Amino acid sequence: MSVLDLSRIQFGVTTVYHFLFVPITIGLGLLVAIMQTKWVVSNDEKWLRATKFFGKIFLINFAMGVVTGIVQEFQFGMNWSDFSRFVGDIFGAPLAIEGLLAFFLESTFLGLWIFGWDRLPKKVHLATIWLASIGAILSAYFILAANSFMQHPTAYTYNASKNRLELTNIMDVLTQDTAVVTVFHTLSASFLTAGAVVAGISAWLLVKSKGPDVARSTLKLGVGVILISAAALGLSGDMQARVMVAQQPMKMAAAEALYETSAPAPFSLFTIGTLDGSKPIWSLDIPRGLSLLSTHTLDGQVEGINNLQTQYEQQFGPGNYKPNIPIAYWSFRLMIGVGMLGALWALFAWWSIRKGRTPTSKWFGRLALTVPFLPLIANSFGWIFTEMGRQPWVVFGALQTKAGVSPTVTTFQVVTSLVVFTLLYGFLAVIEFGLIRRTVIIGPPEEVSDPFLNPVDPATGERELSITY
Amino acid sequence: MELTTVWIILIAVLWSGYFVLEGFDFGVGMLLPFIGKNEGERRAMLTTLGPVWDGNEVWLLVAGGATFAAFPEWYATMFSGFYLPLLLILVALIIRGVAFEYRSKRSSMRWRKNWDTALFIGSFVPALLWGVAFANLVRGVPMKAAPAGNILYDGGFFNLLNPYALIGGLTTLTLFLAHGAVFLSLKSSGVIQERAAKMATPIALVATVFAVVFLLWTQVAYSDKLWTWALVAVAALAWLGGIAMHKAGRDGWAFILSAVTLVGAVAFLFCVLFPNVMVASNDPALSLTVVNASSSAYTLKVMTIVAAVMTPIVLVYQSWSYWVFHKRLSASSIPNPEVGSLDFADEETRSAAVG
Repeated sequence: MSVLDLSRIQFGVTTVYHFLFVPITIGLGLLVAIMQTKWVVSNDEKWLRATKFFGKIFLINFAMGVVTGIVQEFQFGMNWSDFSRFVGDIFGAPLAIEGLLAFFLESTFLGLWIFGWDRLPKKVHLATIWLASIGAILSAYFILAANSFMQHPTAYTYNASKNRLELTNIMDVLTQDTAVVTVFHTLSASFLTAGAVVAGISAWLLVKSKGPDVARSTLKLGVGVILISAAALGLSGDMQARVMVAQQPMKMAAAEALYETSAPAPFSLFTIGTLDGSKPIWSLDIPRGLSLLSTHTLDGQVEGINNLQTQYEQQFGPGNYKPNIPIAYWSFRLMIGVGMLGALWALFAWWSIRKGRTPTSKWFGRLALTVPFLPLIANSFGWIFTEMGRQPWVVFGALQTKAGVSPTVTTFQVVTSLVVFTLLYGFLAVIEFGLIRRTVIIGPPEEVSDPFLNPVDPATGERELSITY
Repeated sequence: MELTTVWIILIAVLWSGYFVLEGFDFGVGMLLPFIGKNEGERRAMLTTLGPVWDGNEVWLLVAGGATFAAFPEWYATMFSGFYLPLLLILVALIIRGVAFEYRSKRSSMRWRKNWDTALFIGSFVPALLWGVAFANLVRGVPMKAAPAGNILYDGGFFNLLNPYALIGGLTTLTLFLAHGAVFLSLKSSGVIQERAAKMATPIALVATVFAVVFLLWTQVAYSDKLWTWALVAVAALAWLGGIAMHKAGRDGWAFILSAVTLVGAVAFLFCVLFPNVMVASNDPALSLTVVNASSSAYTLKVMTIVAAVMTPIVLVYQSWSYWVFHKRLSASSIPNPEVGSLDFADEETRSAAVG
């Protein structure tokens, strides 16, 4: 395998893996902040116990997000140095701003939150989790603005003497429609993910009667968050689809395996057979569905893969401008389908606890524990779709992926790092899963004592710490 | 002042901040098995870092991001050129970051020992390799021009392992160790403080030997500026002052002075390099400089505004977080140190029986 293929696999592995933790950090940070706010406002101890319990899960997950995030920043330079040279003038800026504006805020205030329970006044301590959560959301915004430039480069000029793109307007990069809809969609997905984590675990706790008062309240919170987020995902997904049709029509055509330009175009739900443009063995379509999605009319024209290929050959010269169609087609469907399963479960869980009912069946609890995985799977397919659907480009219309790879890096180096990261990440996944499993089995704390009443060591006059490493 | 100069200064500031802050994290991580003789002591040591280590590491991320934004050619050539050392650093930082969070979750001594090993290796490897990397930037590495005009690294892994660079690595390693010992004697009480204070001086003396060799070698062999001697003097005097202050039991001053040494050393290396950022050992014309590696004037201007607004704010709240956790910790600050927070009930009874 070539350095290019290996580097692509490595970026895929490390990025999909990193993004298992990111949406939980973003979403659960906010939900824990909401739980703690409910405690501070109502003084109801139940919400403090919920904060402590989900705070633990949040932190186990956060550690993984942090350490895998360092790899993300380094590998642009390590494996994709020609990409970094070509767009560094533009792409580097949001990355640096992300660090300065978001990572410092998130990490410093999270440190204050974790260890500040017995050091800070109640309301100041509450403010620290909100600031950490805002930091996480801001970091998502800047990195997605950078990614949006790769999907739809804007506000740049080409400097021929340096063979690179140069920034002409930072505000355009940060506020272009691609970035705005992507941020909306990704944040919605993150909140749905966190809602599923909270609701899925709470439903299991409720069946097992572990901290049922906490679990009932957090289940309601989680279910509400899933449903609101699902609506936001649908809305933002629709907006994103229209932006994509305008900016990257090939990606939408690939998502539907639509080879010929059609008006009206159907939305394909499912296909049996190949997706190479020949007649499928069996397929289920929604008539006019794609026209509606792409143009918001029932008979709008949607461009097909073959026409776009011809058009791009004229525009960019000979070459293959088609992404991997089966991957685009199936990842798009799995993203939507698996994500919707999560929302359906939320409706079912809501119905199960109606009017104070408590679900007792074992399978309800077991099913619930699979729910957090649904959005994680959907998120992964979403990224696989949007990144692989952009191929052969790394920066759409400006730089092909094969031209972005590091020219001096050897096969040995990439194989080494790919093997090391895959083994290390696999190993850490097992450990992380084991710790979250333990946290869930132990359940919410029975009672939470006031950390200001901890015993004082008579020798030093120091109070015992309530939180330690 | 040229914006490229502003940015190389800012990147030097970010690396200084990183060395001063994560430097003591690395030091404490390496001292953990030698100073922490029981669970209470080890957990107290880790808790001195608990609230701050992640914020400290962000200095590295921002230094990396700032290099990407302000000097993309440098970022691209250095990160792809120093591929395997950076991979080692990444692995080290990954296992180390996770170890902080996970080690005390369970009471199993095997579990905790393994994570302590991860903390040691995860602190040792970057502490050594950052020095190796910086020394190579100054010493120069083979470079070549690509057809498109870019300048690429033209060496392998073993080009980076030369006597000078290894001395550089041992310098950062021992400086960070001493810096960590001074931090611990400032932040702990009881036996941890006593042991850290006792260890600080001999480690600092070993560090002095490496640092003197490294700084003199750098000045004599690689600096074309007479005035960089002044920075050698600043670093050396601060270090000796720090040792004296430590002897006198003035831990606060000892820590400040060892921080000044680290800042002085980073400033020295950047000044020796300037206007280069990555020296070509084979042909001076192939060196990357603040001019040929830089971003466009517009990007530098935007980033200057962002940095000018944000840096002071970050410094204020990060300093505040240090102030909030300024109290000394000792083994007795840790309730039930043998018990893991994620122990199941039966494990708790077992570990209580053992303890």
